Amino acid sequence: MQPRNLEAEHFAGYPSEARKLAVANLAVLQQLPLGFLPGFLRELIDYDYKFPQERAAIEAELATLNALAPEQRAAWFAPFSNLSLSSRLERFDWINQPAQFLEQESAYLWTTGQQDAFRRAATQYNDRLRTTSSAAALPMRRLGIAIIGQGVTSWDGPLFRNLHMHGTWFKQIDPDKGFELLLAGVEARAQAHAVPYGHWYVDGGQAADHSPQLTCVSYGALEPVRSALLNYIQKQIQRPGMGPEELRSNLARLLPADLGVEQAGDPILDRFQLKLLTEGSGTQIFSTTFAQWTAREALRRAQTLTLLVRFAPRQRQRPMNELLSDVPGTTELDLPGSLIDADMGAYYHWMNQQRLSGSEESSFLVWFEGHNQALAIAPTLPRGVESASPMNLASLLSLAVG
Amino acid sequence: MSRSAPCGCAVSARDVANRLSCSRRDFLRTTAGVTLGSALMGASPFLRGESARRKRKVIVITFGGGARDQETFAPEGQENIPHLLQELIPQSSFFTQVTNQGILGHYVATASLATGVYETLNNFSAVPPDHRTVFEYFRRDLGRPAHDAWVVAPSNGFNRIGESSWGQGWGATVVLPKRLLGVATSGKTTDYDHLLHDNYETPLYVPQLAGSEFELQQLETILQLSVDDFIQHARTLSSPDELSVYIAKRLMRLQAPSLLWITMHDIDIAHSGAYSLYIEGIRRTDRLCAELWAAVQSEPEYAGNTTLLILPDFGRDADEDAGGNGFQHHRTGDAASRTTWMMALGAGTRQGMVFDHPVQSIDLVPTLGAMLGFSPSQAQGKVIGELV
Repeated sequence: MQPRNLEAEHFAGYPSEARKLAVANLAVLQQLPLGFLPGFLRELIDYDYKFPQERAAIEAELATLNALAPEQRAAWFAPFSNLSLSSRLERFDWINQPAQFLEQESAYLWTTGQQDAFRRAATQYNDRLRTTSSAAALPMRRLGIAIIGQGVTSWDGPLFRNLHMHGTWFKQIDPDKGFELLLAGVEARAQAHAVPYGHWYVDGGQAADHSPQLTCVSYGALEPVRSALLNYIQKQIQRPGMGPEELRSNLARLLPADLGVEQAGDPILDRFQLKLLTEGSGTQIFSTTFAQWTAREALRRAQTLTLLVRFAPRQRQRPMNELLSDVPGTTELDLPGSLIDADMGAYYHWMNQQRLSGSEESSFLVWFEGHNQALAIAPTLPRGVESASPMNLASLLSLAVG
Repeated sequence: MSRSAPCGCAVSARDVANRLSCSRRDFLRTTAGVTLGSALMGASPFLRGESARRKRKVIVITFGGGARDQETFAPEGQENIPHLLQELIPQSSFFTQVTNQGILGHYVATASLATGVYETLNNFSAVPPDHRTVFEYFRRDLGRPAHDAWVVAPSNGFNRIGESSWGQGWGATVVLPKRLLGVATSGKTTDYDHLLHDNYETPLYVPQLAGSEFELQQLETILQLSVDDFIQHARTLSSPDELSVYIAKRLMRLQAPSLLWITMHDIDIAHSGAYSLYIEGIRRTDRLCAELWAAVQSEPEYAGNTTLLILPDFGRDADEDAGGNGFQHHRTGDAASRTTWMMALGAGTRQGMVFDHPVQSIDLVPTLGAMLGFSPSQAQGKVIGELV
C-alpha cells in the first residue's frame, strides 16, 4: 500500500489522540512518500504517550508540512521518493507497525546500498525543518548535573578529559553534603518554574528522597521490571525459530503492564521507562549504561530544563576464568570502571544537552562524588582553566547558573 | 521530529574521512617516526619466485569489534595501543584511510573482507558468504590442502565464513574456540552460557550451527590438546580473544597454515554501553596483536617469511553524530564508523611507511591474491600497489 491510498479508517487502531491527529491531517499524510511516512507515524502512533515537548514537535511538524506549497513539498521529499523500496515493504502493515517497518526498511536500505542516501535525505529534511521553526523562549537556562564516581576513594586516572576544554575545573570543592545541596538546587528550580516533565532526577542506584515536582527514574526501582524482562527474553529465545529481528519486534510490542511497570498512574513515564529497558542496549545489565541512556532519552524526548544524573557503581564484568569456575557468581561492583563509564556518560550528557535549544546559555556541572573536584561549564565561566577557589557545591551551582 | 539520521553535519563524509586520515598520518609521523609514502616508490622487496611463494605465510587479524580514533590513534587514545605504536607500526606499512562502504555488521563486514565483495547476507544468521572466499581462491588456485587455510573466529555466527555458498570443499577450516569450549565443558559449569552469547549486538541470540566447524575430537588429533588440558588452560585466560589467540598459536606450531585468519571481537563489548570495558577490550587486542607477532618471530615455519595484516572491520559512531550514541554502536553509517586503517608488516612490506590515499576494505582479497599468486575472480576490490 502507498500513502496516497490512506483513509481515515486505517488509523482505527491508533490511540485516541493520535488517531484524531492523523485523521485531521490525512490529506498531507497522503502526500508523503513511503520512504518517509512510516518514520513519522512511528512518532505519531505514540502521541498519547509522548512528553509535552514531543507532542509540540509533532504538531509543529504537521503544521509545517501543511503549509508547504506542492512544489516545496516535492523538493523536500524528492530524496525520500527516490529511494527504491521492495514490494514486500509496500505490502507491510506500516500504518499499524511503523517501528517494525523501519527495522525492515533499515535492513533493506543497508542491503541495497541506499542507507547513505537515506541518511542524507533525513539530514537534509531535519535541517529544513529546523529552519522553519523558531524555538520558544525557555523559562530558565537549561542545567545539567552529573554526579560520578560514587564509592571511589582514590583515583589518579584521567578525569573530565572530554569536558575540560569547555569549562572550569574546580579543585577545592567542599564535598560535605554535596549531593543534598545539588538535589536541593534542582528542587528549587522545579519549585520556581514548574513545568511538566521539565525537571528530572535520574539515579543509577536507589533514588534518594526528593520533591514530587521532580520526574524521577532510578535503576533500583526498576529492578523487578528488569528481572521480568530478562525472564521474558529467556523464554522468547527458547522458542523454535526465534531470531534477533523477531525478538526485537516482540520487545517493541510489550506494554508497561506486561512487565509490571506502574508508576502511580503516569502512563507517559511508564512507557518511557519501558522503552529504556526494551530499546536500550546494556540498560538491563549495567547501571552506568542505564543512567547514561536515560539521560540521553530524557534530553532528546522531554527536553529537560534540569537534569540531575547520579551515577552509581555497576556490577563487575566477570572474566572468562571466573565464569568457567564452579564458584557461584557474586555481584561484586566495579568502582573504577564505573567511574570511567560515568565520566564518559557525563560528557554525553553535556553533548546531548547542547543539541537542544538555548545551548549557548545552558550550564553544566559534573562532580566527582565525595571528592573536591568538579567541573562547571557556563557562558560566564572561562574554558580550559583550573580554579583553586574554595567553595561548596551550592556555591558552585550558583556560579554555574549565574 | 527527529529521524534516525543525524542532524547538523557541517562537513561531508569525505571531509571527515580525510580528516581522520590526516590525523592518523600526522600523529604517526610525529610519534612513531614513520615516513609518508607514495605510490611512485620503488619495487616491492618481495621475492617473486614460485618457491618463495610456496613458503610464504599470511596472517590476517581483524582488530575486531570496531574501535574509534579517539580511543586509538588520536593523542588521547595513544595510551590504549602501546604495542601497536611502539612495536608494530615502526615495522609497518600503514594505510590511514581504509573505508568500508558495505553493511556495518561484524559478520557481514568480515565476510566482505574475506570475499572482496560487499556482502549483503543477514548479519545474524549462520549462512555462508555469497561470493567465493579468499580461502577458496587460495586453496583451489594453488592446489593447497585443507590444513593450509584456517579461520579462528569469535562467535557462532562466523562458523560459515570459511567457504562460500559456491561450496566445492575448497574453504578453510573454521575454529570457534568458545564454541569448542562450550562443548568441552558441557555439563561441567553452571555459568557457561555467558560465553556462548558472544555476539554483543544481539547478546541473547545464538544461531544454530551448521557447516564444517572444527570438531571437538580434533582438539586431540590436530592441536594435540586433551579436552582437560584445553579447559585447564582456558581457566587461566580472561577473555574470549585470549582463547582465540591461544588456539591460533597452537595451530601455527602444529599445522603451520599458510593462510591464517583471526577475528578478534572483545572490543565489541562496547555495545553494552560500558566505556571502561570498551577501553579494556582495545588494550587487550593491542596486546594480543603484539603477542601474535612475537609468535610469528619465534616459530621457525613463520619467522622471516610471514606477512601480517591487521585491520578493523569498521569503526564506531562518532560522538558528534546525534543519530547514534557515540562509541556504543556502529549504526549511523557516518564517516567515523566507515573509516578505519590497516597495517601490514613482515615479509614483503616496507617498514615505517604511511600511505594516505584511500583504499577500501574489499581491496584486501585482491591484494592477497597478488601476494600469494591466486586469482580472486569474483572480488570487486583493487590490488593495493604498495603491498605487492
